[in-house]
Amino acid sequence: MFKNGYIILAIMDRLDKLESQSVYIIREAYSQFKNLAMLWSIGKDSTVLLWLSRKAFLRHVPFPLVHIDTHYKIPEMIRYRDELALKWGLNMVYGENKGAIDAKQTFPDGKVDRIACCKLLKTKALRNTLSGEWPRYRLNHSSGKYEVDNNIEPYTGVIVGVRADEEGSRSKERYFSPRDKNNDWDVGDQPPELWNQFKTDFPPGVHIRVHPLLDWTELDIWKYIEREKIPTVSLYYDQGDGKRYRSLGCYPCTKPVESTAKNVKDIIKELESGKFANIAERSGRDQDKEDGGGLETLRRGGYM
Amino acid sequence: MNNIELMNIVIVGHVDHGKSTVVGRLLADTHSLPEGKLEAVKARCERESKVFEYAFLLDALKDEQSQGITIDSARCFFKSKKRDYIIIDAPGHIEFLKNMISGAARAEAALLVIDAKEGVKENSRRHGYLLSMLGVKQVVVAVNKMDLVGYDKAVFERIKEEYSKFLGEIKVTAREFIPVSGLLGDNIVSGSVNIPWFKGNSILAALDNFEKEKEVSDQALRMPVQDVYKFTKGDDRRLVAGRIEAGTVNVGDDVVFMPSNKKSRIKSIEEFNKSGITKAVAGQSIAVTLEEQIYINRGDVMCSSKGLPYISSLFKAKIFWMGKSPLEKDKEYKLKIGTAKTMMHLSEIVNVLNASNLITEQKNAVERHEVAECVLRLSGPVAFDISGGAMGRFVIVDDYDIAGGGIISEYLEDKQAFVREQVYLREEKWYSSGISLKERMTNYGQVPKLILITGPSVIDKKDIARKLERKLFEQGRKVYSLIIGNLLRGLDADIDKAEREEHIRRLGEVGHLMIDAGLIVIATASDLTSDELLLLQTITSKDMMIIVNVGKNQLSDELIDLRLEHDSKDNVDKILELLKIKNVMFGV
Repeated sequence: MFKNGYIILAIMDRLDKLESQSVYIIREAYSQFKNLAMLWSIGKDSTVLLWLSRKAFLRHVPFPLVHIDTHYKIPEMIRYRDELALKWGLNMVYGENKGAIDAKQTFPDGKVDRIACCKLLKTKALRNTLSGEWPRYRLNHSSGKYEVDNNIEPYTGVIVGVRADEEGSRSKERYFSPRDKNNDWDVGDQPPELWNQFKTDFPPGVHIRVHPLLDWTELDIWKYIEREKIPTVSLYYDQGDGKRYRSLGCYPCTKPVESTAKNVKDIIKELESGKFANIAERSGRDQDKEDGGGLETLRRGGYM
Repeated sequence: MNNIELMNIVIVGHVDHGKSTVVGRLLADTHSLPEGKLEAVKARCERESKVFEYAFLLDALKDEQSQGITIDSARCFFKSKKRDYIIIDAPGHIEFLKNMISGAARAEAALLVIDAKEGVKENSRRHGYLLSMLGVKQVVVAVNKMDLVGYDKAVFERIKEEYSKFLGEIKVTAREFIPVSGLLGDNIVSGSVNIPWFKGNSILAALDNFEKEKEVSDQALRMPVQDVYKFTKGDDRRLVAGRIEAGTVNVGDDVVFMPSNKKSRIKSIEEFNKSGITKAVAGQSIAVTLEEQIYINRGDVMCSSKGLPYISSLFKAKIFWMGKSPLEKDKEYKLKIGTAKTMMHLSEIVNVLNASNLITEQKNAVERHEVAECVLRLSGPVAFDISGGAMGRFVIVDDYDIAGGGIISEYLEDKQAFVREQVYLREEKWYSSGISLKERMTNYGQVPKLILITGPSVIDKKDIARKLERKLFEQGRKVYSLIIGNLLRGLDADIDKAEREEHIRRLGEVGHLMIDAGLIVIATASDLTSDELLLLQTITSKDMMIIVNVGKNQLSDELIDLRLEHDSKDNVDKILELLKIKNVMFGV
C-alpha cells in the first residue's frame, strides 16, 4: 500500500499499541530491578499482565509471580492458579497473614470490619511477603506442592495490574511509582514521568510499583483475552444461574452481577452494549464503599 | 473492532481557570460518568453546604477535595462518536508543574484553558511554551467562564489576539479558539444560544478534529536496546529486545549498533506464539536475533547503516528544570536518553528563560521551573538525533529523582570526535581475516582483551603486567604485555614526546591489532585521564577493554573496572579473579 510516497508496512491497532507499551514497561522493569516480582491476583487483569510478560520474554517469565492468599478466595481461583503455574513453568510464590487467619481476625469471622479485614489479610500480608519478613511459599514443580522459599530478599520492584479506569485513585498513578518503607504512597508528590523515562533510581528501603496496564480499559482487557485466547477462570462466566463475577476477590465481599454472558465474546458484547457502562467495575467489591474513600485509604497503605 | 482509536489529550492552563470544570462538564454531558456519580457528588455538596462544581467529579483524591485544586494529572476515559479518549487533567498550580509535565508529555494534543475574566496569566503562557517544547503540536484554546463576562465577543477577541501573539513568538499556532462556559455547558459538547456570534466548533467537535499521530516508519531505523536475553531451558536464542522508535526492520537488513559502531545483520524477528515474521515497524516492541554474534549492551541504539545518528559526549540542549535544588556546574548528574544512562555535568549555561514572559538572562544556575539553553558534557558518548523524536529527548536525574527534561538542539564535537571518525572509516574498509573471531576464541580458549593498567607514574605497573603475563602464559593463554615506552623509539620515533594524544592513539591502534589477532594484551600507561581512556575505548571498543587503576586518581568509577592499592600483594590475583568473572578465559 502506498501513501504519500511511502510504503505503509503495517498498521498497529489499538490493542497492538497498548500491548507494545506494556511490553516496553515490563522489559524496563526487568532490566532495572534485581529483585523483581509480579503480583498475580488470578483475576483477568493480572492474568493479561502475565501473558504480556510471556510476550516480553518470548514465553519465559523471568521473575516470581506472587499471590496473596487470604484463604477466602474462591477455591476455583487457587486450582486455576496452580494449573497454569505448572503448565507454564511459572516461579509461583504465595504469602499469607497466618497470624490473623489463625486468630480469626477477619470480617467473615465477625471480629473486624471489611476495611480492617482487607488491611490484615491483603495489605499486611502483601507488605510482609514483599519484604520477605514473613514466609514465602514456593511451588515445587516436581512435587506440585508449595514449600517455604529460601529467598527472603525484599522485592525492590513489583509489577501490578492496576488500570487507571478502575477507580479515582488509580487514575493518578505513574507507570513507575515509589512506595516508601511503610509501603506508603505519597500521592501529592509523585515523581515526574516523561517520554518513557521512568523512576528507576531510589534510596534503600523504597520499592517501586510498576503499572504496565494503566492505559487499558475493561473492554480492552476482554478484547485482548479474546484475541490472544488467554485462559481465564470460569467464575467470570455465567454457569447457568444467570450470574457472573465482573471483578474477583474474596467470596464474603464479592458479589456477582446479573449476566448471561457465557464466554469471552458474550462479555465483550455485553460491555459494548453499554449494559455496565454506568456501573463501576468494582461495584461488586464491598470494601470500596466503606468510609467514602475506602480504596484510596487502602491504597495509600500499600493495597494494590 | 479493535480499531477504535484511542487518543491522549491533556488539559492545561493557569490555576483556577476551570480546567477540571470543563472536563467534568464534558464527561457529564456525554454521559461518560458512572450512574449515580453526578447525583452523589451533588448530594455531598449539599450536605457540606458547598456549591456544586463539575470539577468535583474529577477530584479523585481526598487531598484535592479538601484543597479544591488539582494536584496531579488524572486520566479520565471518555468516548465520542469518533474515538475513545484518555483525557489528562493537568494541574495549573506552579507548585505541581512536574505533574503537568508528566501529563502533557503523554499527550498527542492539548486543550489550553484561559479564564475570560482573568485573561492570559503566567501559567497560560508557561504551559503553552512547555507544550511546544514537549512536542505537543496540536493545540486548541478554550476561553472559559464566558458567562462571567456576559458572553462579550470583545473580551474573547482580545484574549485571542493577545494569546495568538504569544504563541506566534514561540512558533506555535493554535488550531482554534473557542468561547465556552464549563459551568453552564456553553460550547462544550454542542453550540450555545448564549454565544450566537461564534460559529466555530464546540470543544467536543474540536477534539474530534485532532489528528492521530502517525508512527514514523518512513524514517531511518532507531531501536534503543533494552536488553539482550539469553534464556536457558532449551532455548538458545540470543534475543536483542527493544522498541522501534523510528523506521522499520526487515529480516536480512544490515544494522549497526551505536555508539559502539558494531555491525550485524537481522537473522530473525521473534515473537511469542508466532513464527515467520519478516518485518516490524515503528511503535512495536520486538526481539531480534542477529547473524553475527556481536557484543552489545543496553543503551546501544540499533540503526540502519543508511542514516546514522550523531555520536558525541557533548551537545547543546534546551532544558526545563523541575528539581528541588537548582541545576548547577561542578555537580554530577545522570542523563537518560533512549535506554542509555551516563553521568553528566553541566558545562555551560548559554541563557536562562522565563517561559511565562520569554525574557532571557545570564545566570550561573537553572532554578526550578526555568527553561535554559545549556551545554552538557557526558562521561561517555551517546547516540542521538537533532530533528526531535525519541532520540533527541532526554531526562536528567539528580540524586534519585528525574529533575529535568531536555531536547538536544546542537551537536558539538567532543575530544574523541576526530578519532571516532577515523575509526568509523577504518571499520568501514576493514578487510577481515579469513579466520573469524569466534574461531580464534575457540582455538585459543579465550576472549581477546586489552587489559590497561594505569595509575600515578611513581607506581610500578610494569611489574604487575609482567607477573600477570607470566601467570596467564603458564595457564596456556595467548598473552603479550605491551609497554608504551617500547613504542617510543620505534613506532613513535617520528613524533615528539610531547604529543601525548598521538602516542596514546597509536597505543590504542596497536592494541586493536593485537585484539584482532585474538590475544590478551596487557598494556601499561601512567596518569591516563578520562579523556584518554575514552579515546582508547573509542579505538578498541569499550567492551574489549578492562581498565585497572593502581593507586590514587581522579577517574570516575564508571570508567574503572578494578581499583588496586599500590602496595598490595595480591594485585595480580585480583586481576585474574576479574578476568574469571568476566569469562575471559574458557575452562576455568
